[in-house]
Amino acid sequence: MKNATHTARVGSLHSSSFWNNPTYRSLIIQAITFLLIAGSAYYLASNLVTNLTARNIPIGLDFLDKRAGFDIGDSIIAYTSQDSYGKAFLVGIINTLNVSLISIVLATVIGVMIGIARLSQNWLVKNLTRGYVEYMRNIPLLLQLFFWYALLTHALPSARQALNPLPGIFLSNRGLFLPTLESDSGFYFLLFGLLVGLTAALIWRFRANKIQKSTGRQLLVFWPFIAMLAAGGLIGWLLSPQGITVDMPALKGFNFRGGIEITTEFFCLMIGLVTYTSAFIAENVRSGILAVDKGQQEAASSLGLPSVKSQRLVILPQALRVIIPPTTSQYMNVIKNSSLGVAIGYPDLVSVGGTTLNQTGQAVECISLIMLVYLCTSLATSLFMNWYNASVALTER
Amino acid sequence: MKVLKLLTSSLLVLSFVAVSANASTLSSVKERGKVLCGSNGKTAGFSAPDAKGKMAGFDVDFCRAISAAIFNDPEKVEYIPLTSKQRLTALQSGEIDVLSRTTTWTMSRDTGMGLSFAATTIYDGQGFMVHKDLGVESAMDLNGAAVCTRTGTTTELNMADFFNKNKMEYKPVVFEDRSEERSAFFSGRCDVMTADRIAMAGIRANAPGNPNDYVILPEVISKEPLALAVRSNDSEWFSLVRWVAYALINAEEMGVTSANVEKMKKSEDPAIQRLLGVNGDLGKKVGLKKDWAANAIGAVGNYSEIFERHVGPNSPLQIERGINALWNQGGILYAAPIR
Repeated sequence: MKNATHTARVGSLHSSSFWNNPTYRSLIIQAITFLLIAGSAYYLASNLVTNLTARNIPIGLDFLDKRAGFDIGDSIIAYTSQDSYGKAFLVGIINTLNVSLISIVLATVIGVMIGIARLSQNWLVKNLTRGYVEYMRNIPLLLQLFFWYALLTHALPSARQALNPLPGIFLSNRGLFLPTLESDSGFYFLLFGLLVGLTAALIWRFRANKIQKSTGRQLLVFWPFIAMLAAGGLIGWLLSPQGITVDMPALKGFNFRGGIEITTEFFCLMIGLVTYTSAFIAENVRSGILAVDKGQQEAASSLGLPSVKSQRLVILPQALRVIIPPTTSQYMNVIKNSSLGVAIGYPDLVSVGGTTLNQTGQAVECISLIMLVYLCTSLATSLFMNWYNASVALTER
Repeated sequence: MKVLKLLTSSLLVLSFVAVSANASTLSSVKERGKVLCGSNGKTAGFSAPDAKGKMAGFDVDFCRAISAAIFNDPEKVEYIPLTSKQRLTALQSGEIDVLSRTTTWTMSRDTGMGLSFAATTIYDGQGFMVHKDLGVESAMDLNGAAVCTRTGTTTELNMADFFNKNKMEYKPVVFEDRSEERSAFFSGRCDVMTADRIAMAGIRANAPGNPNDYVILPEVISKEPLALAVRSNDSEWFSLVRWVAYALINAEEMGVTSANVEKMKKSEDPAIQRLLGVNGDLGKKVGLKKDWAANAIGAVGNYSEIFERHVGPNSPLQIERGINALWNQGGILYAAPIR
């Protein structure tokens, strides 16, 4: 009895010393975890394949070449129901990226303005923006989308009674119809003119900066910049041989033909994403500005910088370091949240993917493709923002 | 420790998934004590909560009949509300036992998706509903219209085919959910709504304001045999679902109703005796008791009773029997004989 206890103790001592070696222990735990994860993944995959095969469901991406047979209401690239499922997916991806990109730009502009306004000394401005932030970020986005969609489709007139605030611009519950420029070769002249204008403007700005650095004299930059760009464009337009015509939308039958259409669905999704996200970005901006030491503001004022300039040149560049990382995740949220558009009839990736899924029955493939696209766009956004973050980081000299 | 717990539980879940894919549907239904019925829940006349909040409708009654045939109780059904996009995947993955949700029987769904259609419950066709004040009288006048429909339906494809074939332009606005589609149509966002005509009659009957402000155009642009679907790897369950539906149709043909089913058990007619299990034991071949059909008919009535209750001329949908009349009364409703 005594002996047995003794051996057991030695054994346990031995094994525990092996277990107490942190290098071995960590290696073993890592190996076991890896095997378990790989094993489960293999089990899941083989289970899936077995079940799919047992039910005669084909596996693979062959279906992407087949004819889709359904139409998509809102597409930037040319697409008809004769095209393939792959092309339909592409339309969905472009629609998702389109609405996300525009929403990100607008949400950033509005978010920065609201964030700065929240710190205003003006009582009304401060509290109005505060109300905006609290309302927008505390109501679920899906509800906001339903709200905007119901509001716009019910409040705006039908296509036949469309509002016509300016010639060629029509607003109805179909959407907003705007005139477009039409020309065969005129665009190249216009583009070339704009490029020349832009180059001249950039040279002007470079010179102005140089003069300011050497003499301290400030030249006007903003208005000359705009003027040169506009002049370049105008000259290009006038020089183009066939000229550029304006394609005006006009009501024909049920709907407007010609011009460009911004559908109600796109508009509502964009408004929802912009208002919701801008509230979060505003809070990021506010926290970023508050993180800059008060002494910086005082130093800028004592140098005689006017308030707007001190914000733009002193406070914001320092605040950016605090603002960018959380804003990156807001940008990724915009892309992911755009998938809610399917609820209000916007043909984004999820909507198109869903139709494809239902017609082909290839659930695993379709959902995987959709997830892969979101993963890639989010990672790309993250990479870009990390690069930007690094570029504005404090450079120590 | 936590990791271990997590792993064991996930493995358990996995093995459950693997097992449930193989067990017989009928035995798991019996073990569970209820039928999992994939339904819509939002289509008036087919499946929607009634005034007391209980699911009711044409599609619902077929699930109730299946439950009555198995358990002698029509209430042992759990209704799983599914969107048109989710429904086929839900059936494939075993989330539901039977799909009774205005699902069109097509070749591509019947083959290569692991699904089988057991029986057509109603013959419908796709049509168009428009705002009356547009003054449209034919679907051929719809060039350029904005059309509301739902994603993941045969409707979406038929619409594309119809407009392409007739060289007309249109703007599809495709929704995930019927409520949003309805609201977009009634608000005037779309000129036209397209769906199966019987289901659309239900939408029109529940229009905000006056149903007469909306017109269902005469054109029928597709065949939509709406059918009960099951997984194709369980032929016993497939037969059960098919024959419950056929029993209800045969009951109408023989004049057996929910009111007279007990009296009919004393009938001299051998066909009625076979149907009601008085003579022979056909129920056993689909894993059921002798009186399976009698229980189903007693619970929900025969086909005609179901039709009249939910979609017929005296219901809000006001649909005539039309092609859904029995084969010997000018329709195409024809169930194989029970013998």
